[in-house]
Amino acid sequence: MLIRLAIASLFARALTVGMTIVAIALSVALFLGVEKIRTGAKASFADTISGTDLIVGARSGSVQLLLYSVFRIGNATNNVTWESYLDIAARDDVDWIVPISLGDSHRQFRVMGTTNAFFEHYKYRQGRGLEVAEGVIMDDLFDTVIGADVAATLGYRVSDPIVVSHGLASFVEHSDQPFQVSGILAKTGTPVDRTVIVSLEAIEAIHVDWQSGAQIPGQATPSDEIRQMNLTPQAVTAALIGVESPLQTFALQRAINTYPQEPLLAILPGVALQELWGIVGIAETALLAVSAMVVVTALIGMMATIFSSLNERRREMAIFRAMGASPTIVLGLLVLEASLTAAIGALLGIGLLYLGLVVAQPVLDAAYGLWLPIDAPTLYEVWVVLGVIAAGAIVSGVPAIRAYRLSLADGMIIRS
Amino acid sequence: MHQHWTCGAFSNLDDPVLQVADVRFRWPGRTSFSLSVPKFEVQKAESVLLLGESGSGKSTLLSLICGTVIPDNGVVRVAGTDLAALPGGQRDRFRAEQIGVIFQQFNLLPFGTVQDNILLPLRFARARQQRAGEPKRAAMELCAALGLPKDLIHAKANTLSVGQQQRVAVARAMIGQPPLIVADEPTSALDADSQAAFLDLLFQQSAAHHASLLMVSHDPRLADRFDRVVHLADIAQIDRVA
Repeated sequence: MLIRLAIASLFARALTVGMTIVAIALSVALFLGVEKIRTGAKASFADTISGTDLIVGARSGSVQLLLYSVFRIGNATNNVTWESYLDIAARDDVDWIVPISLGDSHRQFRVMGTTNAFFEHYKYRQGRGLEVAEGVIMDDLFDTVIGADVAATLGYRVSDPIVVSHGLASFVEHSDQPFQVSGILAKTGTPVDRTVIVSLEAIEAIHVDWQSGAQIPGQATPSDEIRQMNLTPQAVTAALIGVESPLQTFALQRAINTYPQEPLLAILPGVALQELWGIVGIAETALLAVSAMVVVTALIGMMATIFSSLNERRREMAIFRAMGASPTIVLGLLVLEASLTAAIGALLGIGLLYLGLVVAQPVLDAAYGLWLPIDAPTLYEVWVVLGVIAAGAIVSGVPAIRAYRLSLADGMIIRS
Repeated sequence: MHQHWTCGAFSNLDDPVLQVADVRFRWPGRTSFSLSVPKFEVQKAESVLLLGESGSGKSTLLSLICGTVIPDNGVVRVAGTDLAALPGGQRDRFRAEQIGVIFQQFNLLPFGTVQDNILLPLRFARARQQRAGEPKRAAMELCAALGLPKDLIHAKANTLSVGQQQRVAVARAMIGQPPLIVADEPTSALDADSQAAFLDLLFQQSAAHHASLLMVSHDPRLADRFDRVVHLADIAQIDRVA
């Protein structure tokens, strides 16, 4: 009966209680939403590359190698010679190997030379492969396949011409050998979206008349002639490797790291991603802390509301006291009301979260390649709800104790 | 357990239902006001009108009688039990068992139904609940006796007229037949016609339940309906230190 009366009392103050519930619901939805995005971003980040067992490059740091080979951030300090590449490729424990050659750019996007095996072996988000949204994978020397962001930003369609710049952020263009867009990849949410992909031979071809980073004056070999040349590269920037059996990963890694002819580095992409996340993850934690403060703010708002309602409810408390309720029951009713308010707010917050997920999921995936899974509430979320209810009960304790004191002091006197 | 309040072990049949003796009280933190009541009694089934102006210590005396505050000196006995001898929680339950309270106005929890309000004291008083028998039926019967329409029982209290609210307050005070009814200016919010009708019902119900009625008012015109009229100034002394 008392619980029913507490609920009826809440309904009687529907407007203020409703506002409090909305504040708590929004704060809980924000908090859990930030957490969802945080874990989603972490998962998407870790999903940038999957199915690749090792990444090989010149010896440097593992994070640096990961950054330039996968995220196209920064530059390689050195290359891997073609001989070393062939040596590794010939090993029995290597199932497949995909070379990567970086160093040129097109507008703000990096150009990557590779083989068609890249399209077969590059996987992201638990084994999803690259898909061609428009056109086909390149089959000519001067064909290129561009990522979804490249196409969207520069407005390219299939069979548009592209001129590659030498180096990065450079004004020197390889205008003598224009490329043609043969295909546009579907959005992946990975750095592939921002990459212009050409064949390994094409990288050699556009540098035929170049030496030491500059075009040899007066020399311009016609395209037809270039096609006849031997375009085997001297070196590649890095290579992605898949092993025959996962058990061989570490042995192969050691073999590459101790390769006698050249200082090389082989890294496990997952481990390097974890290392990198340790650096960028701090910002996410700060965001979570801020949203936790929003929850605290909402609860303090509820406390203020209870405080301001105490005066108008002194009559109600005097009635309870006159009917035989102890001051403890008066205190308990206030705490119960606050707990109910917090509980409804928290549950509504979860509802808002799922509504937001349903609405935002396709948008976030399309715009940022951020995939937020919609699952049943996790144990963590259940704990958050329970925590909010407990915190609501605790903060309501302060005004409730004041009500307790008032109802002790007022006795039967009704003040209004 | 608390059954001893009703089994009569501590009270004889002829004992007054309310005894106030040598009481002195000062509100905590308010040293300027003190109330002393040397002797005041209400007998079984007696109706007493306590006349006093506002500020004469009426509310303080009612708080002492109901046990929401306890005197610094002296004894307040209700149905033979010294209120100060009971610990806080038991005193609250004892009040629920023994005393039906009617305020001036706004007696009811506005968000509760009429039935919720009538049954509220039973929630805190087990023996009184047993005396009420079937509480919901008892509430219906009281409503009928007080001339409240049957379908009003599930209406929210704040939808009732002031007169109806006061009658619900009487039903709430009477349910489970507490030996003492304390009414604090219950008619002050009613017009003259309603006042008379209300008092008729109050006396009729008190008599039917053999309850003593202690009513506090500033209105001497009500005096001739009561067994006894007491002026607060005659039984209580108030000291105000400037």
